[in-house]
Amino acid sequence: MSAPIDLPKWADTVVVPALSVVAAFLVAGLVVLGIGENPLTATRVLLQGSLGTGEGLGFTLFYMTDFIFVGLAVAVAFHAGLFNIGGEGQATLAGLGVALVLNNLTFLPGFLLIPLGILGAAAFGAAWAAIPGYLQAKRGSHIVITTIMFNWLASVLIVYLLVNVLREPQSMNPETRAFPEQSYIPFMHEALGAFGIQVPPSQLNLTLFLALAAAYGVWLLIYRSRLGYAIRVVGANPTAAVYAGISPARIIIIAMVISGALAGGLAVNELMGYQHRLLLEFTAGYGFVGIAVALMGRAHPVGIILASLLFGILYQGGAELAFEQPAITRDMVVVIGGIIILFAGALDGLFRRLVAQAMTRSRLARA
Amino acid sequence: MSPAIQLSDINKRFGEVHANKDVNLTVERGTIHGIVGENGAGKSTLMSILYGFYEADSGEVRVGGKPVAIRSPADAIHVGIGMVHQHFMLVETLTVVENVMLGAEGGTMLRAGEAKVRAELARLARDYGLEIDVDAIVGDLSVGLQQRVEILKALYRGADILILDEPTAVLTPPEADALFELLQALKGQGKTVILITHKLREIMAVTDRVSVMRRGEMVATVETKDTSPPELAELMVGRRVLLRVEKSERQPGAPLLEVENLSVIDHRGVQRVASASFKVHAGEIVGIAGVAGNGQSELLEALAGMRQPTVGTIRFEGRHIRLRDYNPHHMRQLGLLHVPEDRLRMGLVPAFPAFESAVLGFSDEPHLGRGPILDHDRMVADLAAKMEHYDVRPPAPRLKTSKFSGGNQQKIVLAREIERNPKVLLVGQPTRGVDIGAIEFIHRRLIALRDAGVGILLVSVELDEIMNLSDRILTMCGGQITGERKPSETSEQDLGLLMAGVADEAA
Repeated sequence: MSAPIDLPKWADTVVVPALSVVAAFLVAGLVVLGIGENPLTATRVLLQGSLGTGEGLGFTLFYMTDFIFVGLAVAVAFHAGLFNIGGEGQATLAGLGVALVLNNLTFLPGFLLIPLGILGAAAFGAAWAAIPGYLQAKRGSHIVITTIMFNWLASVLIVYLLVNVLREPQSMNPETRAFPEQSYIPFMHEALGAFGIQVPPSQLNLTLFLALAAAYGVWLLIYRSRLGYAIRVVGANPTAAVYAGISPARIIIIAMVISGALAGGLAVNELMGYQHRLLLEFTAGYGFVGIAVALMGRAHPVGIILASLLFGILYQGGAELAFEQPAITRDMVVVIGGIIILFAGALDGLFRRLVAQAMTRSRLARA
Repeated sequence: MSPAIQLSDINKRFGEVHANKDVNLTVERGTIHGIVGENGAGKSTLMSILYGFYEADSGEVRVGGKPVAIRSPADAIHVGIGMVHQHFMLVETLTVVENVMLGAEGGTMLRAGEAKVRAELARLARDYGLEIDVDAIVGDLSVGLQQRVEILKALYRGADILILDEPTAVLTPPEADALFELLQALKGQGKTVILITHKLREIMAVTDRVSVMRRGEMVATVETKDTSPPELAELMVGRRVLLRVEKSERQPGAPLLEVENLSVIDHRGVQRVASASFKVHAGEIVGIAGVAGNGQSELLEALAGMRQPTVGTIRFEGRHIRLRDYNPHHMRQLGLLHVPEDRLRMGLVPAFPAFESAVLGFSDEPHLGRGPILDHDRMVADLAAKMEHYDVRPPAPRLKTSKFSGGNQQKIVLAREIERNPKVLLVGQPTRGVDIGAIEFIHRRLIALRDAGVGILLVSVELDEIMNLSDRILTMCGGQITGERKPSETSEQDLGLLMAGVADEAA
């Protein structure tokens, strides 16, 4: 008979996630201590490596761009009551869309080719998400199961295509030939350099602005538009949706299409902004990180941007850490990331309860 | 002889809410004691303290004169307090014997315990007339008999004091009468009964004394024979209320909604509505009376377009509407609006701010925004005006829907539907979980709507409500319409028989 915990908005959106992060770092610190390293040194290296240098910051923001897209993808589905675990597969297919558009329309100028490449990514990601969406809406196949299966299908499909169909004949590598140069999304250091602002080179490219625009678009869609209203009704109360004349099946498919298109942003950043070719495993598990990002960001675009920054710091700083302190291996960094996901996602309720109790006590003490 | 229960200065707070404020209550042994009060008055909290779900912040509980500390339902059972919950705590797939044994098996092996239960049930049947087929599967029993199993469970555990929480909410009038006879029999054997209800008629019929709660306080305890329903209502609300809203005779106009041979089969293949035929005219309220679960909900949902009818013909303003066009969106545009039975599951989105719940079903209306974007300021202003008009408290359109009381939530739904000028309004359980003060308001609105020429189809399990509001009453049982009556030409007994499916010779 436990009552639902109601917290003021500021406590819910700031205090609880902040506590989760602090607790996660404390536990991670214990792990670092356990393998005989100094956690304070490790923290310093992590922050220094991700935020302390211009180059490091560039990489952090590059990762953040990836995470914003996949975080938004999970969030949109989440508002419709769907758990889209298929960001990985949808981004993979989006990569295929990018490659097909860019390598077949090489005669187009950049200002046409870049938008078409982005549309290709969105369309392929959307289509790959639409199938599980359809199956959920019309056949009742659980979206969690089907999106996981579609991740495997995507990864097998892309291996087959890269090895047998899309690979350049002379090449030994399972990857496409390089995209035409006019399709490259400019690097941040190049773009800023054109205005006379010098920043150290990194992978960071202008896709960051596309990600921020997407975050604004998702906010507008979910919280201000009629369609977003329908999506939230279906997610919050499917029976009320039927009462309101909103078709849950239709909304489920639409939400999955939007979700898949957003996941496609990962391919834009990685392939059009950095790798400039389609290659295997470019998604690197970021699709799954999107789940943690969306959970931690409370499925709100602002929260997702902040959570993406945190995970960007973790990924970039973690890489530095593995490099600087060999005792802390790449795997250890993954463990630390896992601890944060555990605290931010799964143990969220723990801190909500503690914060609620603390607030009640302080109120009683004042009264 | 010391009283069965004495509560002294009980206090209980939940955060800011003072749910029980210095509550004193004395229940004499061998009496039936009623407790009435509006929703949120603190009745359930008080009983939960007595039954060990909550612990009081301060105060003393005495049972049979001795101070006791009741920290769990097990403690309550130990001192002889049993409770029959509004929502039964039964395992439907087990037999009566197995349900009674549950939690009191008395050992690793069941056989010894079972023999004891059988013997005890036989004794209870003899002493109180609590006849029941002890080997029946509970899920196959009628609701009235399931309630009997709950009572048997409490008695088997040695309850001397029985708390019943809204026991008649799910019963037909004859079943309710049978329950009251049983309660009298229990009283005759020296048991003490505490009856929580909001139906004043029941209080008057069966209790010896009645206590009234309002806003966490015990405002009065009176002998039932010295009081009256209007007096109790006034004590509950704190002001004078009309229990029966006056309405004038009116001549109904042209038929607006005509239903012929409508049948609904649900997704499990169970026939919920069987060949229902009736008409709703302009300017009349047609009430559908029936015990919950006899097809009224499905009928209402089918007429609202939420549920596909299997066969049947529906005409709206004389125009035939094909069943496959029959969806909520289309019907809303034609002017058939719907106040659903279950506010929180259908009529509102509890997690949304009120101004968003207030456009549920109408979010596509052009005036609510520009193009695909909704204008929140506009929506807030719209609802603020309606809230003033309908006296919704607090008048805060941005407050989360779930934070409003049941009555105020219902007013938000009613305002949304009524202010869109329906031609026909389907209304399901308009006053379920609504305070007496708000009930009066809602009934006035519905009658005003009728007087303005709207056709209203009213489904309610509250027979009083049906009798007070309807111009014509249809009864439903097992998915069939079993009879039609004018309120002036019928009685609760008569309707009760029709609701129980006894064939109607007069119809």
